[in-house]
Amino acid sequence: MDALIQVQELYKSYQRDTLEIPVLRNINLKIFAGEFLAFMGPSGSGKTTLLNLIAGIDKPTSGKIIIGGIDVAALSETELAVWRSRNVGFVFQFYNLIPVLTALENVELPLILTPLDKKERRVHAEIALTVVGLADRMHHYPRQLSGGQEQRVAIARAIATDPAILVADEPTGDLDKNSAEEVLGLMDRLNRELNKTILMVTHDPRAAERARSVRHLEKGELA
Amino acid sequence: MELFRLLLRNALRHKLRTVLTVIGVGVAVMAFALLQTVVTAWHAGVEASAANRLITRHAVSFVFPLPLSYRDRIAQIAGVNKVTYAVWFSGVYIDKNQFLARLAVDSDTFFDVYPEFVIDREQFEAFKRERNACIIGVDIANRYHLKIGDIMPIEGDVYPGQWEFVVRGIYYPRDQTTDPSSMMFHYRYVDERVRQEFPDRAGQVGWYIVRIDDPANSAQISQEIDNLFANSRAETKTETERAFQQSFLSAASAVITAMNIMSFVIIGIILLVLGNTMVMSARERTHEFAVLKALGFSGGQLFLLLGGESMILSIAGSALGLALTLPAVAGFQSALPKGWFPVFYIKPETILIGCIAGFAVGLLASLIPLRRVLTTRIVEGLRYVG
Repeated sequence: MDALIQVQELYKSYQRDTLEIPVLRNINLKIFAGEFLAFMGPSGSGKTTLLNLIAGIDKPTSGKIIIGGIDVAALSETELAVWRSRNVGFVFQFYNLIPVLTALENVELPLILTPLDKKERRVHAEIALTVVGLADRMHHYPRQLSGGQEQRVAIARAIATDPAILVADEPTGDLDKNSAEEVLGLMDRLNRELNKTILMVTHDPRAAERARSVRHLEKGELA
Repeated sequence: MELFRLLLRNALRHKLRTVLTVIGVGVAVMAFALLQTVVTAWHAGVEASAANRLITRHAVSFVFPLPLSYRDRIAQIAGVNKVTYAVWFSGVYIDKNQFLARLAVDSDTFFDVYPEFVIDREQFEAFKRERNACIIGVDIANRYHLKIGDIMPIEGDVYPGQWEFVVRGIYYPRDQTTDPSSMMFHYRYVDERVRQEFPDRAGQVGWYIVRIDDPANSAQISQEIDNLFANSRAETKTETERAFQQSFLSAASAVITAMNIMSFVIIGIILLVLGNTMVMSARERTHEFAVLKALGFSGGQLFLLLGGESMILSIAGSALGLALTLPAVAGFQSALPKGWFPVFYIKPETILIGCIAGFAVGLLASLIPLRRVLTTRIVEGLRYVG
């Protein structure tokens, strides 16, 4: 079976004045459709950078990231934007919901980029909120929701366009234990029931336990 | 959820800041429109000039009179259609703060040459029949509650003595730029008394107004008129009515130019006010823009969001400013001495420039924050701590 994501000889470094700081070195990785993979490692090990590169919001210094047969590292910014809107759902540590929009409107946001009409967008957003168990809070603004609920809205936003890949950067990092459990349970369900490929960066061993597999990064290299 | 709703809510996110920005833009637009209206008022005489009218005055200065005998000689020049004349009478009506043009005119020809003073035929005939009759502009009638048959006593200064004129006609301005606040009476009546009391000053007029057939010949006819009286005791200077009116503005030209420049500097201030608001607003939302970019929003869509928000503030401010301009202009006019600016109105061009400025400033003010949003990498935006 072909891997959904193939990372080949990936390098990433940052330039600080004349100094080149390597972040990722010679990363080779295969991730199959339906996997729930957690990246762990100490701060500065490059796990978030790797996630960002796979999600197409950062560009590698060299190497290939082939996702569904497309080398996303070779796409232009405009092509990448379109590709992300169709293939990747994002879950951030601090939820990053738009505060002036209701939960429903936040979830509808990525659907604006699809050919769906207004009514269809509304239906899709309602379904996504129902999946995350927030159908009764859809007209609430983020400030009217708890942290756990906000993160569930963020997950609903991530799955609203039905992307193949969900990337989650420390999704439980800002949550209490119970809320973290709820979010992890939800991600587990999305993986098992909807067969979503989930890539998660976490420091939390309990979060990593919910993943099917865990990869460790040390000083920019996969252990 | 449409983008428009999002940009509208973003615009209202910080209500106090939004209100202050809109008021700031509004006050600036109002100041621009008010200054432009004052500049327009200064130029009203120039705007009202007719292309087919020439003014012949004394070559040394407008204050020196010309002999009445010049009229027939000017009328004989080819291309001259009609000649009339006027005298600046001046005088004091009620008190010295009441400004209105008082002209002794040739009642047989003056209103033919100035068709923009619209007067009822019967009133005009009554005016012509009575020696000390006068015609006043509708603004004068309204300002002093004058009606037909009322007496206007004037204390003469250029022509000393007590003068009394009977209102026999009220004229209406044909155009927006026509002065509705002048007073005209018979030159004959003035000259008869001058002959008795100041014989040396009799038979003299202030200036001639020459109507010509073809405005294209104005330079040639002007030259011919002036040649006619070259080397005489009262040489003439003939120019188009427009040039004549502009010569009155020359003394104040620096002030007018300064006001004109200031009005456009104000547009620049609006740009800075709004630009500052938009830069702050975009900086505060660096995270959100990074998220939108991550979700796949294009540069064009982000431009719609930022530019649209900026345009909403700018257009709301401009609308407020233009709405405030009407009472501001009225208040300004009432604060001035009566008759200071006979023609004082907001030009449609001023409104148009105000509207265009609203759009343009809205657009321009969004460009700097937009550039920042577009050039900030998503990962940097997500890490940004404001």
